[in-house]
Amino acid sequence: MVKVEALIRPQKLDDVKNALNEIGIKGMTVTEVRGQGKQKGFTQHYRGAEYTVNLLQKLKLEIVVADDEAEMVAKTIAKSARTGEIGDGKIFLIPVMEAIRIRTGEEGETALA
Amino acid sequence: MSPKQGVLNSLKTGAFLRSAVRTLRAAILCVVISLAARAAFAQDAAAEPKIDTGDTAWLLASAALVMFMTPGLALFYAGMVRAKNVLNTLMMSFVALSVVTILWVVIGYSLAFSKGTPFIGGLEWIGLKGVGQAPDDFYATTTPHMVFMVFQLMFAIITPALISGAVADRMKFSAYVLFIALWSLVVYSPLAHMVWGEEGYLLSLGALDFAGGTVVHISSGFSALVLCILLGKRRTSSAEDMRPHNLPLVLIGAGVLWFGWFGFNAGSAVASNGLAASAFVVTHVAAATAGFVWVLIEWIIYKKPTALGLATGAVAGLVAITPASGFVEPIPAIVIGAGVSIISFFAIKLKSKLGYDDSLDVFGVHGVGGTWGALATGLFASKAVNSAGADGLFYGGGVELLGKQVIGILVAVALAVIGTLVIGLILKFTIGLQVSEGEEQTGLDLTQHGETGYAGLASGDTGLEANGLSLAMESGSAVTSSEASKVQKS
Repeated sequence: MVKVEALIRPQKLDDVKNALNEIGIKGMTVTEVRGQGKQKGFTQHYRGAEYTVNLLQKLKLEIVVADDEAEMVAKTIAKSARTGEIGDGKIFLIPVMEAIRIRTGEEGETALA
Repeated sequence: MSPKQGVLNSLKTGAFLRSAVRTLRAAILCVVISLAARAAFAQDAAAEPKIDTGDTAWLLASAALVMFMTPGLALFYAGMVRAKNVLNTLMMSFVALSVVTILWVVIGYSLAFSKGTPFIGGLEWIGLKGVGQAPDDFYATTTPHMVFMVFQLMFAIITPALISGAVADRMKFSAYVLFIALWSLVVYSPLAHMVWGEEGYLLSLGALDFAGGTVVHISSGFSALVLCILLGKRRTSSAEDMRPHNLPLVLIGAGVLWFGWFGFNAGSAVASNGLAASAFVVTHVAAATAGFVWVLIEWIIYKKPTALGLATGAVAGLVAITPASGFVEPIPAIVIGAGVSIISFFAIKLKSKLGYDDSLDVFGVHGVGGTWGALATGLFASKAVNSAGADGLFYGGGVELLGKQVIGILVAVALAVIGTLVIGLILKFTIGLQVSEGEEQTGLDLTQHGETGYAGLASGDTGLEANGLSLAMESGSAVTSSEASKVQKS
């Protein structure tokens, strides 16, 4: 099993979700995160006081799938989250040792679906 | 009438001679007295006090409007602090509603408005003795005396609450409560007496302050500056996110203040009449202009007009028009509103250069804006608006009124600075003014009040620190969270 962890622009979430639904992926966990990569921050003024925001808002998607599905999921996310501008995000594939469904106690890939 | 003669008059005013002297005094007042709106009714003082239902209804409504300004101020300030200090900031305004009310009834009103010296009132109205349903023969002569008293109470409440913005994020709540209680008696009551009280020094001098530019805004603004310097800066790391946590709250608060200010200024006519209408209009015009000019400046300098800027500008405009609201026409109100935004905008930018930590810019908005308003009254006041006033520099009155306005400003600044220094230093070297660094980092909601405004991390309600803190509070010693966890293990 593989965990596909994707950092994406918040405004691309619906596009990514729709694209994943089309290839049959329904389960995912989404978290609001802040991060810094190549994308520059921006400057705000509050009564003239300057604040530079470097850590920008992103969403983190976590999807655990069977080994043979991982590449397709990653490609689907990459395609649907892309704008071509700096700041589109990153995708990591991480091996997963075990999965357990709490309700039934099922283990392994049967716990995923 | 010099202040000395005023005192002589009051000495002669026995019950026996009272009626005759009242008539004489009213005549003298008509000719000489300066203009503060509270005294505008002096013209009617010769008539037998008779309750006017329209005046009474408007003044009651105005008192409620001014009361609503304090919760408005609470929101205005609370939105600008970080989430972990939101309740403490709200509480600093709300507690003024409680503390100042008690003091006002017991002694504050008497010190501000009963007959005494030109500098402070006497003890005649202590416990509101004699302040009842019949009108007074000097203040708001067409409404029950209690209405005038409670209207004035609402001003006494919001004034120390204004100071809280300068000390937000770091002042001990206990020290704050003691400070505003003492300040209310040592600074506010004497200043209100000098400006509005019967035979008050600045009233007799002829300095004009229609609704409290001197008494409320200059006094709170300069006191805020002194107190935040005495208190010390906030101890924040450079990485800490100091941005306002909820700008919608700030805008709602500014809207409530704007709304309440109609009671503050138009209510200060203490009558339901043309002067009240005029004050209402110029108040609105100045606020609207100042809000827009503030964002225009931002648009030019920072390329973006901000919501915080519009809210700040509108409040600054309301501050500046306050002393002038019963004396100026609508076009001067536009000038006053535009002027205050230009002046306060750059005054706030000086803050970082001078290095004092006025958290929410009370000095820049109320101290500087109030001073501009007092001076502008000396420029734009017109007897055509209020015959009990005077003509300013641009209305054929020469520099005479402007000179009196400067004296009024200097007296207010001196009293505010000295009073705040004395009270602040006493508190600093007894109970202390500032919370500990750990308490500041955890947030004042949890450390001062034991509750949080919001669920989640932003509130400062973070597991370990909170546990350590509650243990520290139980044991009554200031142990840090790491020390506390050691205590837990042992």
